[in-house]
Amino acid sequence: MTQKEQKSSGASPQESVLAIINSKAPFSSSHGKDALDVALIFASFEQKVSLFFQGDGVYQLMDKQDGSLLGMKDYLKTFSAFEFYDIEDIYVCQQSLVNRQLGEDFHIDNVQVLSSIEFGLALNRHQHVLRF
Amino acid sequence: MAIVLIFQDKIIPTDKHGYLLDHLLWQRELALVMANHDDFELTDAHWEVINFVREFYLTYNTSPAIRALTKAMKAEFGAEKASSRYLYKLFPEGPAKQATKYAGLPKPARCI
Repeated sequence: MTQKEQKSSGASPQESVLAIINSKAPFSSSHGKDALDVALIFASFEQKVSLFFQGDGVYQLMDKQDGSLLGMKDYLKTFSAFEFYDIEDIYVCQQSLVNRQLGEDFHIDNVQVLSSIEFGLALNRHQHVLRF
Repeated sequence: MAIVLIFQDKIIPTDKHGYLLDHLLWQRELALVMANHDDFELTDAHWEVINFVREFYLTYNTSPAIRALTKAMKAEFGAEKASSRYLYKLFPEGPAKQATKYAGLPKPARCI
């Protein structure tokens, strides 16, 4: 019985409400900015949000980019404010990095690089998934 | 109901709620004019928040909603000034909303 309690109490904090998958490069479309807006709105209402980056979405985490050079709002700067929104679970797909020959020079801390299997498992721990 | 904001003989473009359209036009004296339009007095305590919100925007490219604002202020000023109670006392119409206005920033999209 103790085991069972432990199991359930161990599982519940991992069960998060919302996963947002970013699958598009940052400034070629509005997908990334839209995903960020949704994440911040949910977080402002104290809903636990996790961010996932895969495919071309991994480019959103790369350092030394500036959207303002393209005349766009550089929304990537807002990523550094995640701690104030309690957005702590940030996952990136390792295979997507490898496929694009990208290193792990992210412009924010706290990014967890996961294998495809781990990435899928982490995604599974969420009740809702939105893909951008 | 739109008020034309005139500062140093120039019309400063604002949105219909009186927020600056270009945050780079902001300066301290302009904030005083804006507050004056609203019959709102800015004390040192107000300025502390206004400057903080402006700094937040310049760093993170977004106006903080109330929850993020209190959390960020806690790191800077300590717990006593980082409560929404304290902030609402200073800015009864909503701290994030009012402080961003006098800081010359866009109205936060996430309205609380």
